Amino acid sequence: MPQVDWPALLPQFFLGGGGLVLLTLGSLLRRRLPAWFPAAFSAGAALGALGGVIWLWIRVRDPARGAFTTIAETIGIDGFSVFLSGVVAVSVLLAAVLAAGTLRREGLPAEEFCVLLLLSGAGGVTMASANDLIVLFLGLEVLSIAAYVLAALDLRRSTAQEAGLKYFVLGAFASAFFLYGVALLYGATGSTKLPLVAGFLAGGGPDSNALLLGGMALLLVGLFFKVAAVPFHAWTPDVYEGAPPVAVAYMSAGVKAAGFAALLRVFNAALGANAADWQPIVYATAALTVLAGAVLAAVQSDVRRLLAYSSISHAGFILVGAEAATEAGVAGSLFYLGVYAFLALGSFAVVSIIGCGTDGRQSLDAYDGLAKRSPALAAAFTVLLLAQAGVPFTTGFWAKLEVIGASVEARSYWLAALAMLGAVVAAFLYLRILVRMYLTAPAQRSRPSISRSAGFVVAVCAAFTLVFGILPGPLVELTNDATIHLGG
Amino acid sequence: MIVASASTQAFPVLGMLVLLPLLGAAAVLLVPRSRVELVRPVAVLFMSGAAAAAGWMIASYPVASGGFEMIVDQPWVAAWGISWKLGVDGISLFLLGLTALLFPLGALAVDPGHGHKAYYMWLLLLEFGCLGVFSALDLLLFFLFFEVVLVPMYFLIGQWGHGAARDSAVKFFLFTMFGSALMLVGILATAFLHAAATGGPLTFDVVEIAGAQSLATTTARWIFLAFALGFAVKVPLIPVHTWLPDAHTDAPTAGSVILAGVMLKLGTYGFVRFGLYLFPEASRFFAPLMLTLGVVGILYGAVVATMQSDLKRLIAYSSVAHLGFIVLGIFALNTEGLSGGLLQMVNHGLSTGALFLLVGYLYERRHTRAIADLGGLARPAPVFALTFMVVMLSSVGLPGLNGFVGEFLVLLGAFEAHRWWAVLATAGVILAAVYLLWAYQRVFHGPARGDNATMADLRWREGLVLAPLLALIVFLGVYPRPVLDRMEPSVDALVAHVELHGAPAGSDVAEPEAAP
Repeated sequence: MPQVDWPALLPQFFLGGGGLVLLTLGSLLRRRLPAWFPAAFSAGAALGALGGVIWLWIRVRDPARGAFTTIAETIGIDGFSVFLSGVVAVSVLLAAVLAAGTLRREGLPAEEFCVLLLLSGAGGVTMASANDLIVLFLGLEVLSIAAYVLAALDLRRSTAQEAGLKYFVLGAFASAFFLYGVALLYGATGSTKLPLVAGFLAGGGPDSNALLLGGMALLLVGLFFKVAAVPFHAWTPDVYEGAPPVAVAYMSAGVKAAGFAALLRVFNAALGANAADWQPIVYATAALTVLAGAVLAAVQSDVRRLLAYSSISHAGFILVGAEAATEAGVAGSLFYLGVYAFLALGSFAVVSIIGCGTDGRQSLDAYDGLAKRSPALAAAFTVLLLAQAGVPFTTGFWAKLEVIGASVEARSYWLAALAMLGAVVAAFLYLRILVRMYLTAPAQRSRPSISRSAGFVVAVCAAFTLVFGILPGPLVELTNDATIHLGG
Repeated sequence: MIVASASTQAFPVLGMLVLLPLLGAAAVLLVPRSRVELVRPVAVLFMSGAAAAAGWMIASYPVASGGFEMIVDQPWVAAWGISWKLGVDGISLFLLGLTALLFPLGALAVDPGHGHKAYYMWLLLLEFGCLGVFSALDLLLFFLFFEVVLVPMYFLIGQWGHGAARDSAVKFFLFTMFGSALMLVGILATAFLHAAATGGPLTFDVVEIAGAQSLATTTARWIFLAFALGFAVKVPLIPVHTWLPDAHTDAPTAGSVILAGVMLKLGTYGFVRFGLYLFPEASRFFAPLMLTLGVVGILYGAVVATMQSDLKRLIAYSSVAHLGFIVLGIFALNTEGLSGGLLQMVNHGLSTGALFLLVGYLYERRHTRAIADLGGLARPAPVFALTFMVVMLSSVGLPGLNGFVGEFLVLLGAFEAHRWWAVLATAGVILAAVYLLWAYQRVFHGPARGDNATMADLRWREGLVLAPLLALIVFLGVYPRPVLDRMEPSVDALVAHVELHGAPAGSDVAEPEAAP
């Protein structure tokens, strides 16, 4: 029986345990729970997880104690895993707050949604701290299966069903690829524990590279799918379009963070010694993802598809940081993930406000003249969009600076230049929305009805974007401290 | 070599100058919705405060100094070595003054008609960005300002513009963003390679990087190109100029004034401060290319301006020609050319700013800018016509007005350095006279028909806005000494810097990281 450091698992307990408790309560007291309860309960659970994360952060940063592993080295608690657990917990928290005001209006089952949200979050924090490929796979499946159902939650709309099914089938394929990659890597290195894998590779590696390379390639396919990198992105626009905006808000922030947690931990840390083997693949994928995402986004007419492609482009930027294969690159990717979580959550909160009561249609026309109909909402959305375009004095600029800087420092000049060109193309699509909001006469005069919770989420995200855009110092320090320690 | 002098004043006037518009934007936002009439006075008050600060700076600037004065240095993002480092020398001093002057005039000149609060807020934020660009001594801080000006300008053109304002605004934003996209990569490469070569911590301090000259020759040339693309779009130089006529024509009057008067200078100023200063060898290496682009701009701008039927578009193309002169002066790489180019930046701001104001007034009266619809305006509006005449002649470069001094110095410098380019550029001077005088003749002379016959003359309020510009146009034409005196030490220092580091280091092969 391995030693278990129970407090290290606080985020998992709060999210996973919270999900199970809510599931039990929901099925026992189906009709007697007040309407606000599920969302409030999950927000509380997420807050608890966040508290655990903060406590762990203090513990990890304490020089006397530092990073550690537990349960026979299968869970690694270091700055990296704690930071990304925090991102996942914040995503769950804000999604839960957003859900409080939106689920009922969209006629979605609140208990089911919140249970799945919490379980998926539990999978996310497990992925963030997994120090063993099998545990990583467990986290991945818990996260994904809940996300599949979240995508298909809207029973009345066929697009939601289609989205869920597509996500599930393709996701299952990707998981299979991932698992096969794990098997090959095990064959090549003799272990699924990341510290042992890293140690084996540092000590000379296997005699023949075939198994190792095959394993890496298959792992990359699986993870590229999860983070929606081109050419494994095809599910994203359909899912973002069909799934309820609340679910998408969580998926674009939390699921993405968890996917990148796995990618960075496995490749930049455990397989860091063999960076030369995987860097070219990540290089090409990053360039392709940034550019294709931006170009395809520019021609969309549905806001959710547009934001889906834009999120693909952002994933490309995060890959630019990963490609650098340096500590600065990992820190840059973390910074980008943390910042993007707020941008995505805020943007999809706006989408859920505007899309409410429109029966799922979400053409750009719905944003015509929003600046006149609801100036505050338009201003907040403007901040979020400009930040995604990388305009200075927003967090988005610093995020781009972090990854591009790491890339330049690692002498990947062409990748950095390509990514910046992709950013210009992407700016066009954010301008398209701005043009609709400010420079187009509204077709209807109606003011969008903003629920208090959705307004709160948008305000928090916009405020975060501006405040840390003007004073990015603390966030930069935070991500620079969030380093990976495999232990062992 | 330019060295930062340590004259940090007790009162940080430069910091105040840059921050005043930002505070003004906040103040404008706080004006209650019921008191919209207060917005304009508040905005103009803050802009005038900035103008007063700039005037005080010009007056108190130590004439003999060739280095950076009034330095403000506040650490910002420690992990990246970025700081709020601001400073002013003879090169940026008058551009700051020009910016601080044109903004209140633009704000006073024309009422936006709707959305007052947002309009003045964007104007103030734009001023903040422009002042920041001209005073930033930290590469990344400079880039932040350089980029952030796009947002207010985008909204100003899009929301308060005429014609195809939406498309022009988007075009403006994307063109300039495209230009500066690679510049960020260049800035980062400069800083990282500098840090690697010197072994010091990461820094974006312009003075330090320019002083060390630690980059290998070939590397510096590549990075110069990345910078040059960003500046070339802003200037604009010929192949990347197509955003300019649309943006200038469709922008509201204040927008055109600022765009032509201030924002085009962001590009030429960038060439001086970050092209020549950081990459002297590369600047010299690419000087023939830049000179050619400058001359092509002069001739192309002039020829195309002659063909225009829209008065505002004509002035927009004349800017292309004028900016060509400035680039010609800068890349002559000698004291005459560089001072001429700098002076011409100020001159162009004054005269083109005044021209756009006048065209704006004309449009308010006649609701057209088509030259064919106008005619004989000198009869009903003699003062208007006279003012237009003076401003136009200053733009043509008539001796006795400001445009002459700058153009003369530019041509002198260019002739010394590259004779044939100067000869070609002179043709541009003649063409400028052709298109401007011809346009003036068609608009103000001849018989006045229809509404033209009853057009109102210049009102005293409009005259008051134009008066400072006219005064400076005459003053700088007659007595440019005070300006040149303050410019020259810095220009001399820069020219000496380019001379000193202008030769290839001879280590084309050795990458900087090879240094021990």
